[in-house]
Amino acid sequence: MTEEITDIWVYLATSPLLWLTMTLAVFVFSTWLNRRLGGSPALHPVLLSMGLLIVILLVTGTDYDTYFEGAQFVHFMLGPATVALAIPLYDHRHQIRAWLGPLLVAGVVGATVAALSAITVGALLGGGHVSLMSLAPKSVTTPIAMGVAEQLGGLPSLTAALVLLTGSLGCLMAPGLIRLLRIRDDAVKGFAMGLTAHGLGTAQAFSISATAGAFAGLGLSLAGLITAFLLPLLIAWIPLG
Amino acid sequence: MNLIHGMLGILACQLVGETLARAAGLPIPGPVLGMLLLFAFLLWHGDPPPALRRVSETLLNYLALLFVPAGVGIMVHFQLIARDWLAISVALVVSTAVTLIATMLALRGMLALRRRRND
Repeated sequence: MTEEITDIWVYLATSPLLWLTMTLAVFVFSTWLNRRLGGSPALHPVLLSMGLLIVILLVTGTDYDTYFEGAQFVHFMLGPATVALAIPLYDHRHQIRAWLGPLLVAGVVGATVAALSAITVGALLGGGHVSLMSLAPKSVTTPIAMGVAEQLGGLPSLTAALVLLTGSLGCLMAPGLIRLLRIRDDAVKGFAMGLTAHGLGTAQAFSISATAGAFAGLGLSLAGLITAFLLPLLIAWIPLG
Repeated sequence: MNLIHGMLGILACQLVGETLARAAGLPIPGPVLGMLLLFAFLLWHGDPPPALRRVSETLLNYLALLFVPAGVGIMVHFQLIARDWLAISVALVVSTAVTLIATMLALRGMLALRRRRND
């Protein structure tokens, strides 16, 4: 009997089905747990899911590549979801056209501050070159950030993790900062959340309102475009030891 | 129109975006270019077909879930993070807060400036 269970486990542990199902199950559980605990952003369902899945993988001795064979089906949908952001953008086309100048200026300010503050603080605390270059694109959505990090001499896979942490931190800090600065306009809230905390910020902005979500999608795309074009030029200008 | 049509539209935009980005050697990822293409198409075409709207709303409702697989990848970098953990964690916290503040103030300031100029 024990032997049969072991055999079944050996088969399942390497099949994509198990880790795909596990990813969905853990996320459903994390969302439920987050709601039970009062919906605190410190226990964001994504962070909870990451933690739980890492523990499960470590306990069962499964490596990340095996896990990703199953989880890649979820990961793949990031591309289509990015394309889908065109619809909320289209819904808010009039407001975007009216605000084009202010949005572009705020986008350049935000994207520059995001990269320079991360590099400066990291360098002051003795971070290595690879870490700094992996940190620089941390506010940008994962696929853009990984490409930019590679171009700058960082580690794309480390960047992917830092991007996720930035996203969770953004969701955690945004409500407090919005209250502190007395921001009332949902468009301003959403734009800053999408620019700073990319997809995670955008997901949270949609829970404020559809307007916040649409402007978060705009902030996310602007941050990506500006960073992809400007950051490599900016890095060439600043002297880094 | 059904869901397959909506999904086909989105995948086709991503495919064209991916192809353009590679052919032109652009540093922008294909999906972002695909989103800009779809946005441009909608501006030209008018309101999105219901199937496209339904698929995109479904995808965006589960946006947070889609980040989980990449996030679990942090387990591969525990050693590097252990070496530079102080610099990385302080930089992340400070930079995230400063970026949120700078962006909100910049947009609010620009909007206020323009409103005053228009008055």
